[in-house]
Amino acid sequence: MSEEKNRILKISILRFDPNDPEDFPHMQTFEIEEAHGMTLFIALNEIREHHDNSLKFDFVCRAGICGSCSMLVNGTPTLACKTLTSKLGVNISLAPLPLFKLIGDLSVYTGQWMRYLNQHLETWIHNREKELNVDKLEERMEPELADEIYELERCIECGCCVAGCGTIQMRQEFIGAVGLNKVARYHLDPRDKRSDEEYYNLIGNEDGVFGCMSLLGCEDVCPKSLPLQVKIAYLRRMMIKTSMK
Amino acid sequence: MKQIKIDKIPARLDFIQSASGLILALFMWAHMFFVSTILLGKDVMYSVTKFFEGEYFFGESYPIIVTIAAGAIFIIFIVHALVALRKFPSNYKKYAIMKNHIKSLNHTDTTLWFWQVFTGFAMFFLGSVHLYIIMTNPSEIGPYASADRVVTEWMWPLYILLLLAVEIHGSVGIYRLALKWGWFEGSDTKKSRNNLRKLKYAITIFFLTLGFLTLAAYIKIGIEHKDKAGERYHQVTKTVQQGAQQ
Ligand code: SF4
Ligand code: SF4
Ligand code: FES
Repeated sequence: MSEEKNRILKISILRFDPNDPEDFPHMQTFEIEEAHGMTLFIALNEIREHHDNSLKFDFVCRAGICGSCSMLVNGTPTLACKTLTSKLGVNISLAPLPLFKLIGDLSVYTGQWMRYLNQHLETWIHNREKELNVDKLEERMEPELADEIYELERCIECGCCVAGCGTIQMRQEFIGAVGLNKVARYHLDPRDKRSDEEYYNLIGNEDGVFGCMSLLGCEDVCPKSLPLQVKIAYLRRMMIKTSMK
Repeated sequence: MKQIKIDKIPARLDFIQSASGLILALFMWAHMFFVSTILLGKDVMYSVTKFFEGEYFFGESYPIIVTIAAGAIFIIFIVHALVALRKFPSNYKKYAIMKNHIKSLNHTDTTLWFWQVFTGFAMFFLGSVHLYIIMTNPSEIGPYASADRVVTEWMWPLYILLLLAVEIHGSVGIYRLALKWGWFEGSDTKKSRNNLRKLKYAITIFFLTLGFLTLAAYIKIGIEHKDKAGERYHQVTKTVQQGAQQ
């Protein structure tokens, strides 16, 4: 049986340690042999193991559910653990997501941004009850509605949509599709008793839904395929309606 | 529940931008059909002109109607430009960041947005010139008058640029409006967006083709009519012909 030669991948990585005053951003290329079913996660580990153990990158779940491995792959924000090298050419470029705080190389601190976002939008149920009663049964919800909420709840805060959004590049205060998606999620939830006016005060401005220019980079890069376009349009209509009341 | 105060301005601005854009885009499409009647012959275009000057209603033509219509469009145009301006990159740094983002992301709709900003900016100048001329010379529309303007008065370079800018800006704008407000979403949004995008390309190509054919027709008439530039077109009616034969 003739043995098929595996491809040699040339992986160029943007290297930079912001804590090292001597360092400056530069590209470094590694050559590794592609293996069957290889993902970028496997490739990066191979590089760290055999070529350079100082390479920084993040992974936790390796299954597209924790959102920590997001990076720019050939310029497009995506999850490295979900990306098969066989889907890419032999020349692959990797860079950290822009906008977030850089820890080093491919590792960014998305948590800081996301925490600010969640505090700012108060992404928790506002039920208006004075006291917490853990014995009280929760109100029932229609399964269809629960499904719809769950659909939006699938966001893994990976930050890909933020990196793919042209608006945020120009205006960093913009809450992005991840923020708008969260608002849509709480607005759907009947347990959240916030009024439309309260929601308007959260997102009825240029940092919120009216800042979005419908470029839909977010929708196209979201690794969880969340219906971002639809939800942003929905919030926009709702906010306009609220403003006309 | 207690009444909460909200700042309605951002919502109003967003709405005004979309509504004025929609009106302008629809107007442009209608306008294209009117001017392209020259392709059906001078008489047809002449009748359309007279129709808009109100001749069929009042028995006499009133070019002032054209001035009023052009003035109204001019106002909407200015309002649209004013509100849309807030979406432009506000300084060179932002522009450079955006340019870099567009290049590295290589994402069609983001790139289209850039074209929209660019064509929008071009129209500040091109559109204003055209609207001003039409407003101040409302009676100078017609098979000969328009062709003279294109050729003898050297408007063709401006019209070529304006045509490109308008058609790109308008069709991309309408496409983005549909996405922005969730029109034609359907149950499979990915599919409907794909269809919308195809439709947008088709519309751009259709209007650009029609536009250039129309412009070519005016240029041809303009060149033929160069020696008599300034002379107005008159419909050759049967009686005149008979009279001429006698
Ligand atoms: S919306 Fe999608 S792209 Fe954005 S953070 Fe959530 S999962 Fe990631
Ligand atoms: S539609 Fe565009 S502007 Fe709006 S959040 Fe998504 S990427 Fe950003
Ligand atoms: S490692 Fe968790 S999403 Fe990739």
